[in-house]
Amino acid sequence: MDLAFSGEYREFQNNVRAFVAANLPQDIREKVTRGLRLARDDHQRWQNILSAKGWIAPGWPTEYGGTGWSAVQRYIFDEECSRAGAPGVIPFGTKFVGPVIYTFGSDAQKSYYLPRILNNDDWWCQGYSEPGAGSDLASLQTWAVRDGDHYIVNGTKTWTTLAQWATKMFCLVRTGTEGKKQEGISFLLIDMAQPGIEIKPIVTFDGGREINMVHLTDVKVPVADRVGDENRGWTYAKFLLQHERTGTAGVGHSKAQIRRLKDIAAREKAGGRLLIDDPDFRARIAEVEIELQALEYTDLRYLMQVAAGNPPGAESSLLKLRGTEIQQRISELLMQAMGYYAQPWLPDALEYGWNEDPVGPADAAPLAAAYFNKRKTTIYGGTNEIQRNIIAKLVLGL
Amino acid sequence: MDFDLSEEQQLLKDSVERFVREEYPLEKRQKLTVSEDGFSRRNWATMAELGWLGATLPEEYGGIGGGPVEAMVLMEGIGRGLIVEPYFSTVILGGNLVLRAGDAARRHDILPKLAAGETMLAFAYVERQARYDLFDVETTAVRDGEGYVLTGAKGVVCHAASADWIVVSARTAGASRDRDGITLFLVPNNTPGLTRRDYPTVDGLRASELAFDRVRVGADAILGEVDNGLVLIEGVAEQAIAALAAEAVGCMDVLLASTNEYLKTRQQFGQPIGKFQVIQHRMADMFIACEESRSMSYVATMRLSDPDPELRAKTASAAKVQIGKSARFVGQQSVQLHGGMGMTDELNIGHYFKRLTMIDTMFGDQNHHLKQYAAFR
Repeated sequence: MDLAFSGEYREFQNNVRAFVAANLPQDIREKVTRGLRLARDDHQRWQNILSAKGWIAPGWPTEYGGTGWSAVQRYIFDEECSRAGAPGVIPFGTKFVGPVIYTFGSDAQKSYYLPRILNNDDWWCQGYSEPGAGSDLASLQTWAVRDGDHYIVNGTKTWTTLAQWATKMFCLVRTGTEGKKQEGISFLLIDMAQPGIEIKPIVTFDGGREINMVHLTDVKVPVADRVGDENRGWTYAKFLLQHERTGTAGVGHSKAQIRRLKDIAAREKAGGRLLIDDPDFRARIAEVEIELQALEYTDLRYLMQVAAGNPPGAESSLLKLRGTEIQQRISELLMQAMGYYAQPWLPDALEYGWNEDPVGPADAAPLAAAYFNKRKTTIYGGTNEIQRNIIAKLVLGL
Repeated sequence: MDFDLSEEQQLLKDSVERFVREEYPLEKRQKLTVSEDGFSRRNWATMAELGWLGATLPEEYGGIGGGPVEAMVLMEGIGRGLIVEPYFSTVILGGNLVLRAGDAARRHDILPKLAAGETMLAFAYVERQARYDLFDVETTAVRDGEGYVLTGAKGVVCHAASADWIVVSARTAGASRDRDGITLFLVPNNTPGLTRRDYPTVDGLRASELAFDRVRVGADAILGEVDNGLVLIEGVAEQAIAALAAEAVGCMDVLLASTNEYLKTRQQFGQPIGKFQVIQHRMADMFIACEESRSMSYVATMRLSDPDPELRAKTASAAKVQIGKSARFVGQQSVQLHGGMGMTDELNIGHYFKRLTMIDTMFGDQNHHLKQYAAFR
């Protein structure tokens, strides 16, 4: 047993750290660390930098243009990026649809789509959820009816994150009704810039405009853009859900947020002293910090199992579950650190370059919104209730 | 980074688990708890033969040269079996103190006997007013010629009655809550002036209240440096916390597995109660609590050899908080999910729950350690 990373990994860590420090644009770093709103261009610039370095797809094998990194290297990369204040790479292309395409796609799909993902030419969104099919994904009702070389797709997708920026959507559609409801689903790649696609933003109660309703009316999709076999889309969707587990715990991000919390508590006053000197508040920070440590080393234990060729199964549902609970708790403490100054709602203050005087503490403006926004984390990607079901059924056999 | 056991460590683990399976069914354990010693001398001899008692001692003292990971493996097994023999007080506490602070003569005298199962030790560090503060020592040791005279009282001394030697913390200088001025003494149990009140503890172990009425000891009783004993106490407390974390993980593993098994068999409303979602979610949370505790047990064990004292102390506190919280949750829910059966003395559930609950009070409970942890910047 040994807690330290070996010298080889430490060298890798130093390389990543040096690269990120030298190449992450200052304005992007500041936006991320202050919790300000990022524009599409911010993501594009950072992703282009990673792309030029060949680091945009850490999880892909080298033959498709990935880094070929081990799970441990990917973990270190994620942690270093979070530490430096880099935005996370938007996962829909590289983490989600990319591995489905190189694993199940046709040669034509591989040679067309994969380079476009690596170059950030296409921006993907995920067309899974529907108004009537959330966690019960398999009950989806968007239909794709065969018409010669095309499918004609009709239906509505919802909670579609960043659809407003996307040029492509990977989409689960119903192509048959035979058998169980998981059967008769197909996996289509849909061009967003065509007639019949209508994107309606869903404004969330934190003021965010990240998610959308996407209506598809007689949308024509070439049969060549179906991944794998007709009616076997569920298999590919499940592969996608289980494929990329690195980073689901968000440990690096949470560590950075705890540092931010301590910085803020060391500036704000309460009861005639700094908030950080209030034993009760300190104890709450300590509590979540300890929870994060327990999660971090559980994450690392599982990672070492992956490295040894025995990847854990459904156990890793706990990484998403605890990771998101901890993120929510930290965001709650960050907001609480502001006291009354959690109240002012100044949407413009979330934009970089806003140069009016802040109301109250300089860091206050985004914190309540971030707290409200974080509530989504225990809902998306399979609610935490679903994750508990998975552990109970697949790990404990109940 | 590596979370796997070596081949030798795996063999040790197998040997403990076999012993627990064959020698430690609950009925046998319950008989031991009401016996005169409160444990079995035969088991103790077996543990010596199996090499457990010397597993963490250097070879020159008859040990096999293991370290914290070996202690962890043993303590996890001790937790699984709810083993009542005084491994923790003799090896983890007493043995480690002698190893850390004893002079050559002491080490050569005591440690080989310890490894052979011929000597038992206890550590008297608790005082009533001190609660969990290791530096709050009122027992005094006053210089008297070549030796010292000890006066005061120590509480809840684990396995004091069976110990041949008792390590005692006493104040040789300063005021009662000073960090300096504490000295450790190695006192034979039969020393005149030392009286004991022995009793069983809630979890079926044994402990004693000790009274020191002008107990005279020679200069050779001193363990380590005079006035500088706290660093030894804190060092062994970190080892103790890592060991208790492992024991708690062993206990929690059994509770999780037993409860899971029960939920699959117990039928209510026409189906196994494990089919109810509210129960599945509770079990998922118990599973997570066990996994996270195991992680912190490993971390606490491996950090024992870290050169940074602050990191060591923080890690020990973090582990104690995690273990305390998880143990309470897993223990309470195991009883709850067993329904009325969980309340019975006959079932193993309550016995594990009791031990876990008492572990929380040893070397500082979760509230104490949360404050300790929070005090670091």
